Amino acid sequence: MLGSDAILRSLEAEGVEIAFGVPGGAILPTYDAIARGTTVRHVLARHEQGAGHMAEGYARASGRVGVAIATSGPGATNLVTPIANAWMDSTPLVCITGQVPSRLIGTDAFQEIDATGITMPIVKHSWLVQDVDELPGVLKSAFHVARTGRQGPVLVDIAKDVQEAELSFAYPDKVDLPGWKPPRKVNARQIAEAARAIAEAERPIVYAGGGVLNGDACAELLRLVDEGNLPAVVTLMGKGCLPDSHPRNYGAPGMHGSKFANWALNKADLVIAIGARFDDRVTGKLSSFARGARVIHFDVDAAEVGKIRHAEIPVVGPLQRALAELATALHELDAPPKHLPWLRQLEEWRARFPFRYSREGGTLKPQTALESLRDLTAGRDDVIWTTGVGQHQMWAMQYLQCDTPRSFISSGGLGTMGFGIPAAIGAKAARPDATVVCVDGDGCFQMTCQELATAALEGLPIVAVVINNGWLGMVRQWQEMFYDNRFEQTHLTQQVPDYAQLAEAYGCAGFTVETEDALEGALSAAFECGRTAVVDVRCDPTEKVFPMVPSGAAAVDVIEAPEETVSA
Amino acid sequence: MTSHTINVRLENKPGALARVSQLFSRRGYNIQSLAVGPTESPDISRLTLRVDCSEHSLEQIEKQMHKLVNVLRVTELRPEDSIERELALITVAVPTDRRAELVALSQVAGAQVANVGRDAITFEIVGRPDQVDAFEELVRPYGVRELARTGRIGLRRSDAPRRSPSPALI
Repeated sequence: MLGSDAILRSLEAEGVEIAFGVPGGAILPTYDAIARGTTVRHVLARHEQGAGHMAEGYARASGRVGVAIATSGPGATNLVTPIANAWMDSTPLVCITGQVPSRLIGTDAFQEIDATGITMPIVKHSWLVQDVDELPGVLKSAFHVARTGRQGPVLVDIAKDVQEAELSFAYPDKVDLPGWKPPRKVNARQIAEAARAIAEAERPIVYAGGGVLNGDACAELLRLVDEGNLPAVVTLMGKGCLPDSHPRNYGAPGMHGSKFANWALNKADLVIAIGARFDDRVTGKLSSFARGARVIHFDVDAAEVGKIRHAEIPVVGPLQRALAELATALHELDAPPKHLPWLRQLEEWRARFPFRYSREGGTLKPQTALESLRDLTAGRDDVIWTTGVGQHQMWAMQYLQCDTPRSFISSGGLGTMGFGIPAAIGAKAARPDATVVCVDGDGCFQMTCQELATAALEGLPIVAVVINNGWLGMVRQWQEMFYDNRFEQTHLTQQVPDYAQLAEAYGCAGFTVETEDALEGALSAAFECGRTAVVDVRCDPTEKVFPMVPSGAAAVDVIEAPEETVSA
Repeated sequence: MTSHTINVRLENKPGALARVSQLFSRRGYNIQSLAVGPTESPDISRLTLRVDCSEHSLEQIEKQMHKLVNVLRVTELRPEDSIERELALITVAVPTDRRAELVALSQVAGAQVANVGRDAITFEIVGRPDQVDAFEELVRPYGVRELARTGRIGLRRSDAPRRSPSPALI
């Protein structure tokens, strides 16, 4: 068997159904092996960055490892952004890149780049394969490392001559990784201590993040929250891990989280962090964050515990197990709750500080578009949302209702504009039955919209709703608030490109909406047209995202939408 | 900020050393010295790293290093529990008439003469890092022409008391 065939047999052995990629010189032998036949479906992206984000979208929607394939040199460098994104958001990804033939490595050959070197700080591990006999073992290890412990991306860089070399193929049963020992158990003493701390707390708050989704611990989180009648805030990355409709879910804290969620987190006496990492966008000024609170920190990654905020009770291990054991421990403790006044306080805050914006002025507000999307999909559990990065993302976080795990896929840590469209295509590949909607900004859309061709031609229809305010809106907001209205290099215009026409050019359906009255009709038509659709929603360009915790400010000092502009 | 010695057992694989050193630069920690070499097993290398950082940073370094696939074990070598040695080669400028004096001095300090030239002598000294420091200071007035130090290597003393790992790491 050839190395190239061995790559596909290995992917098949790992249960890979689909890979996203773009061919090129150094990976050609592997594409030739695809031509010889495989059960792995290959989706041809228009850009390697698109392929990478598709693999991420697939992984995040399915819980499986995403696979992206690219050639050497520019193919590999184009994968760097998705690899970094997957690293920051802990998404399991196996990236396979071709490399120049072994004899040319190190000579600055055509399309040669040190792919393992360039990606070293943003992968869990990487391999440069120069011996064909190592190929099956390396791929086995790659999948194992990507999906175990804290999930994340790995890179396998395979020299072209290795793909062309003969080997006698046998896929190993076991991995040989003596240094890779992610935790499998949790310390019973720490669980007991955590349960006691929760029972004694007067103002406890669960602070749940993306780790709950990655750890498949959503059911266990729900059980814990119900068992302890515990209030929870859920980060952008965690959205969907606890139903948004759950009465104890107070939504997202952080820079654009609600005032009540920020107060809930910051005025607590016990913060129960679960698969969350105290990101600066959540904590605000660290020295003022949740002052005086004790912290229990659950994470599968020991390095996250105590990295930003000291944890009085660290609990390292798989979250599914940890949360199940904690719920049981709480149940057995059966202590009378001390936090009922706190729950009443939280309800009072929630009623007092709702999300709000002004509908006046005759222009269509972006928030209205998000509310319309929320209402249009109410009660449906077959909708997956993806987003780009910026104002539209924050409004999506605030207004969309996600009641099922893996239904909200956004770029959190890296903040990658352009993530939304390809991630939606990948999510659609994972869940063909689902309606996948990318809520995008006009700036983000233009960074990866070439992948509309992929959606149209590969039979992976998505709906892209472009919140078109004609600006790099979040940057504009900062320029207005912190740079004295100097709107430098942020104006994109609402007219160029014409998004509906662009959609048509890509073989998709295009809609343009300029008034509130036309909104619901266009969105419904896009949802029902059965093919990829782009809805250009032209919105008020001056609208800002509120509430806001300014960069470097204490999270309790949330700025709300100015009173005089708010009617609702 | 205090200096810490970290001992790392590392798989002897291509790129393994680069992964450890990039982790330090990536997280903003400065390496004072780094010595790497084979161990009792041909598949395993031992790294001895000297870093200047707070206790909190040290804990982070250890945890981050544990996540590297090629890293088998990370331990801090506390001075009271370990043996540390370093080798230095020092070329000292010396006129012919002061050779005897310098050689006598070096013998007292435990250094050996490795090479004698027309106007300089190269000494080798193996010892605890502070002994090497002391010898360096001792010969400095003569004029140190060139100096090379290996960086410290260390092992835990076999008679050192056992320490239990912190609960977070279990």
